[in-house]
Amino acid sequence: MQKLGDFKLPHFFNYPPYFTLQPVRETREKQIQLWKELILDYCRTQKIFVIRLEEEFPLFSNSVIERTLSHEAREAFLSALVAEGRAEWLDKGRRNCLILWHRIQEWADIIVNFVKDNGFEDSVMTVEEIRSGIESRGTELQGIDRTILVRALKLLEHKGKLAIFKGTSTDDEGVKFSV
Amino acid sequence: MSNFFSKAEVTSSGRPVLLRNEVECHLLSAVDLEPEDHRHFSLLKSGLLILTTHRLIWLPSSSASTPTSASAIPLAAISHIFSSKKSLKSVFHSPRIRFQVLVSSDGRVFDPGSESGSSSGSGSRSVVVTAVIRGKGDCDGFLVKFWDSWRARSWEATETSDSGSASASGSGAATGTGGGLYSSDGSVRMVGVAGILRKEQEMWESTDKSLQDAFQDLNALMSKAKEMVMLAEKMRQKLLSGTSSQTSGTNDEDMGSKEEMQDWLLSVGIISPVTKESAGALYHQQLSRQLADFVRIPLERAGGMINLIDAYCLFNRARGTELISPDDMLQACSLWEKFDVPVMLRKFDSGVMVIQNKSHSDEEVFARIKSLVTKPEALLTGISPTDAAMTLGIAPAMAKEHLLTAEIKGLLCRDISPDGFRFYINLFPEIDPCNMYFVKNYGICSTWIKAVSTTG
Repeated sequence: MQKLGDFKLPHFFNYPPYFTLQPVRETREKQIQLWKELILDYCRTQKIFVIRLEEEFPLFSNSVIERTLSHEAREAFLSALVAEGRAEWLDKGRRNCLILWHRIQEWADIIVNFVKDNGFEDSVMTVEEIRSGIESRGTELQGIDRTILVRALKLLEHKGKLAIFKGTSTDDEGVKFSV
Repeated sequence: MSNFFSKAEVTSSGRPVLLRNEVECHLLSAVDLEPEDHRHFSLLKSGLLILTTHRLIWLPSSSASTPTSASAIPLAAISHIFSSKKSLKSVFHSPRIRFQVLVSSDGRVFDPGSESGSSSGSGSRSVVVTAVIRGKGDCDGFLVKFWDSWRARSWEATETSDSGSASASGSGAATGTGGGLYSSDGSVRMVGVAGILRKEQEMWESTDKSLQDAFQDLNALMSKAKEMVMLAEKMRQKLLSGTSSQTSGTNDEDMGSKEEMQDWLLSVGIISPVTKESAGALYHQQLSRQLADFVRIPLERAGGMINLIDAYCLFNRARGTELISPDDMLQACSLWEKFDVPVMLRKFDSGVMVIQNKSHSDEEVFARIKSLVTKPEALLTGISPTDAAMTLGIAPAMAKEHLLTAEIKGLLCRDISPDGFRFYINLFPEIDPCNMYFVKNYGICSTWIKAVSTTG
């Protein structure tokens, strides 16, 4: 089985038509489905949160069969993820895509569990501490993309589970939990 | 009731089979042919009347309920043509053309082809036949052409030309045995340098006269064109006998140009093109039938499918003069639906239009494509339109259309790369997105994996 780093690739990764955007509707739908799953899987295991279309992305090329996804194809597959709510475009020009292999709601749940597991129900933490503090090591929250974290926190704030406030230092915000 | 007229042969598309040197001149539709003696002979109702240089041919219309076969009257059997009388009555009737036909002893039309000699067994009796023209054709024009063709007596020219050439060669060989410039029969002898010069001179003069004759009258040009076709046919025969007598030491180049020569000659084939003039309102119908006849051979050579544009070029080339417009071509092809011809026009999704045999089967083509694309090598590298063309025995452009159609049906997938445009067997239906790493150990997917892993 072929690998990309330590990521196991499915057998059809070496099927050349997989890298050409298919024109026939039924075939294309299947192709899109497969690419969506593959992208999410890859990003989840490699902890990738953003895909930039203008940069090289290892998953979009296969050196064994010498094929690369065209820009049009990449945009098509990512747009399909966006339509499903598993990704978001970060800019109008569609050059950068935020990948939500966990939806925002799922991240919110993870945060709540994290708080409960560590007894932080009434504590105060900085945003940075949530993602890189000692407690977060080994959890899914470790190294989480800041944008996603803030969105999840905002969602929880909306539900009354916490409050976000400006910290004393100019560069970080703090969170007061009331889970 | 027996048939008064002689039988005329017809092709599978309903076009008359013409005699050697016979040329069509005019056409009238919805014509009844009534022999004078109604009691013993059936009249022919509402058919197509075609005037040629040799005969009057009557074709039954396709809507006729009783199948009557095509009939003909040799112009040689006609003894008189009546001129049309314009009377008050004729304003209200359908126009009529009346002529007198010689009959043999059984009362049917005298057929000079079947009986030898000119007078043995021929009728001293003649019978009047009336052609009632119920269609909208140009009756007066037809009558004029009828007179011309009848007076021209082209059928006699065929007989004399064979004997004529024999006598011509006879006189040429008669070089006098005695001395002097003049031979025994009075013609100038060709001896020495003077003889050669004189021969040249005479040749130039005859060529010159021949050219003059040809260009003076366009009708005469038509008959010269016929000579050209005969010349082309002779050359073709020579080529055929030439290649068969060659030993194995033939130059490849020679063979190539000889093939070219043959192809070119074959395309100069049709002596009597259907023209707007001779067919009038029925132009497209007759054109349609002629096209169906013509396209049979190129279709076979192209493997059963030919691009419409290619067919158009070939057809016009064969016609030589009286070229048809692309619009005429399209109309002629669309009319095929109404007739019972073995060919049809087909439009692919890509917009490409082709002519194909009605017997052509898409399923069969797909089966062949499928077997081609599941071969071990094709599983690895796919197939290009050229590969398919070689297997299917058709042009690459046609092969590409088939591959695209197969792709639309979900049989194939495309692969576009710097290597070009290739097609693979479609594996996508076999893959389950919820279980991407699983592969059944039967089916096309596992075959593909095996093929891929043996090389990797």
